[in-house]
Amino acid sequence: MRHVISVLMENEAGALSRVAGLFSARGYNIESLTVAPTDDETLSRMTIVTTGTERVIEQIIKQLNKLVSVAKLSDLTEVPFIEREIMLVKVRAVDNGREETKRLCDIFRGKILDVTDASYVIELTGDDHKLSAFLDAIGSDNVIEVARSGATGIARGEKSLKV
Amino acid sequence: MELSGGKVLMEALKEEGVELIFGYPGGAVLHIYDALYQQNSVKHILVRHEQSATHAADGYARATGKPGVVLVTSGPGATNAVTGIATAFMDSVPMIVISGQVQSRFIGSDAFQEVDCVGITRPCVKHNFLVDSLENMAQTIKEAFHVATTGRPGPVVIDIPKDFTTPGITVPFDYSKTVEMRSYSPPTQGHPGQIRKAVDLILSAKKPMIYSGGGVVLGNASEQLRAFTRELGYPITQTLMGLGAYPASDKQFIGMLGMHGTYEANLAMHECDVLIAIGARFDDRVTGEVDSFCPNAKIVHVDIDPASISKNVTVDVPIVGDVALVLDAMLEQIRASERRADPADIASWWSQIKAWQATKCMEYELSDTLIKPQAVVEALWRETKGQAYITSDVGQHQMWAAQYYGFDEPNRWINSGGLGTMGFGLPAALGVALGKPDDTVACITGEASIQMCIQELSTCLQYGTPIKIINLNNRYMGMVRQWQEFSYEKRYSHSYMDALPDFVKLAESYGHVGMNIENPADVESALAEAFAMKDRLVFMNFVTDQSENVYPMIEAGKGHHEMRLNPARELA
Repeated sequence: MRHVISVLMENEAGALSRVAGLFSARGYNIESLTVAPTDDETLSRMTIVTTGTERVIEQIIKQLNKLVSVAKLSDLTEVPFIEREIMLVKVRAVDNGREETKRLCDIFRGKILDVTDASYVIELTGDDHKLSAFLDAIGSDNVIEVARSGATGIARGEKSLKV
Repeated sequence: MELSGGKVLMEALKEEGVELIFGYPGGAVLHIYDALYQQNSVKHILVRHEQSATHAADGYARATGKPGVVLVTSGPGATNAVTGIATAFMDSVPMIVISGQVQSRFIGSDAFQEVDCVGITRPCVKHNFLVDSLENMAQTIKEAFHVATTGRPGPVVIDIPKDFTTPGITVPFDYSKTVEMRSYSPPTQGHPGQIRKAVDLILSAKKPMIYSGGGVVLGNASEQLRAFTRELGYPITQTLMGLGAYPASDKQFIGMLGMHGTYEANLAMHECDVLIAIGARFDDRVTGEVDSFCPNAKIVHVDIDPASISKNVTVDVPIVGDVALVLDAMLEQIRASERRADPADIASWWSQIKAWQATKCMEYELSDTLIKPQAVVEALWRETKGQAYITSDVGQHQMWAAQYYGFDEPNRWINSGGLGTMGFGLPAALGVALGKPDDTVACITGEASIQMCIQELSTCLQYGTPIKIINLNNRYMGMVRQWQEFSYEKRYSHSYMDALPDFVKLAESYGHVGMNIENPADVESALAEAFAMKDRLVFMNFVTDQSENVYPMIEAGKGHHEMRLNPARELA
């Protein structure tokens, strides 16, 4: 099962490597990992997308909690939540394809950020499925380069992850 | 009070009540060693290799319950310490390792004796710190001691760049009495609902089994475990790390469990219907094949580390908390309750266990010509009246020590159970002897293990630690040889110890007493002679039977009910 885990940790040197090291040492999967400071600059928020059996996910959460730098965490997958990822994709755009690509971009509510005779750079935001669907629609022959941010997420409603 | 960084460290150690540190000087810690020289409250023990500093601090910590403190230099000083740090980490021993680091402005430049100490030690510490300024040093030390000694204990590394300890550069020294860490709050009390559920289950058992581990020793919960076990009258087994928490001489104790556990303990594990796991972590050497582990049991698991629960074996009633507090709470409920397990069930369970005990799985054949290693351990127990602090290295001798030296008190059995570090025994004994100067300390070792840190014989002379070394010399890496005999058709690949030193002369050249014992008839008298030399280190080289194996044994992939017994017992 795929899980999205949000982690609040002390914003200090080496904090990221503690988490990355934990995952590699114990053989856990990381699909994506994003990290940036929060409104409280002493705290970083990390979003980890991982997969595993329920038992592995339970261990991941316990092992993360055990890290002395981790202040709090939440498995977003346990609650209604919003997940977003940003993707910058450079696509081939020539002849008739230019119009078609523009239309697809509109359908997916993307933005064209850069235009040349032969290419567009498109910005797209959404969850994993939407971004993948867009790439499928464009077709791999037309995709020149893809840069994805990895997912970040937040719970819906009143529930919040705060120290 | 304005102090330099070196003096801040010394004052902080004093505030933490540190009396002894184990270390080895070098460039990056010269300022610290200078501060050490100018004070009297902290005594420094100069080891001969940094690995030994960590093992000695480890032994000291396990025997005294106080954190062990280590001081090493940057680069090779830090890397040499890693094995000992990992050893302490696997066995959850409270330890502070202070490592020097190159000057902060040189970090990352591949400077002389620079390694990323925080990076290298990260996977084998409870936590580590790179001190980022002189101003924050005292607070960092405070936090390090707090983390190392609370919750599930463990080693904590403090890496200090040399420029923060420069004499003449000072800060006001203020050591706070309390510590607040928003991201670290170890559990204490168990959840009352879970405790109620556990007590219900415990009192409804027909074939109950108590399985306790090193957490009881580390959590100072031996008294509570004894009271709990006696109140219930249930059988108890202990892990390698838990020995002594419950007295080996008590009738309810049915021996160690696991790979080299007793027949009765392992079969009782296999047959029990309620398993009460206390401060134990279901290590693979204990469980055997997990799929056939305690197939009929509901499991209660008490542990201070939530990550230990349902890691290897899924449990039914987990209780996260300090073992002493949880045992107190459970015992209080049991005593307040009218309910008890059906005495007829418990009596018939005990008669089953007694039938298993009749196998006498720990008996071994004596010989008139060859010294049996088990007999040496039993003779050592008699000579020391079972009251010595025993350290060991790793291998057959370690198992024989665990099996045949019946520990009646906690903190007396000091071995590297988790990491299995050969070379641990002698430096650990050094640490124990310094922490417990009035007690008898013996190191049970083998001729392979002892050579891994043998240079500490020199340290032992310098500080006059009268350790008794029991070298069970079978001219093999015995446990490797045993596995090769059982699983590799006796192809003894590189397990033979050729070109051994003359241990008697070796001990003498280090200024100690050496003894060579080759005749079984001399074992008792030699031990008596050695232990009569109260102020001398005596290196006793027992030339033992090369073919002796550790029994019972659960081989890889097998369950508790599939033990291999001593062939002599199988015939009996």
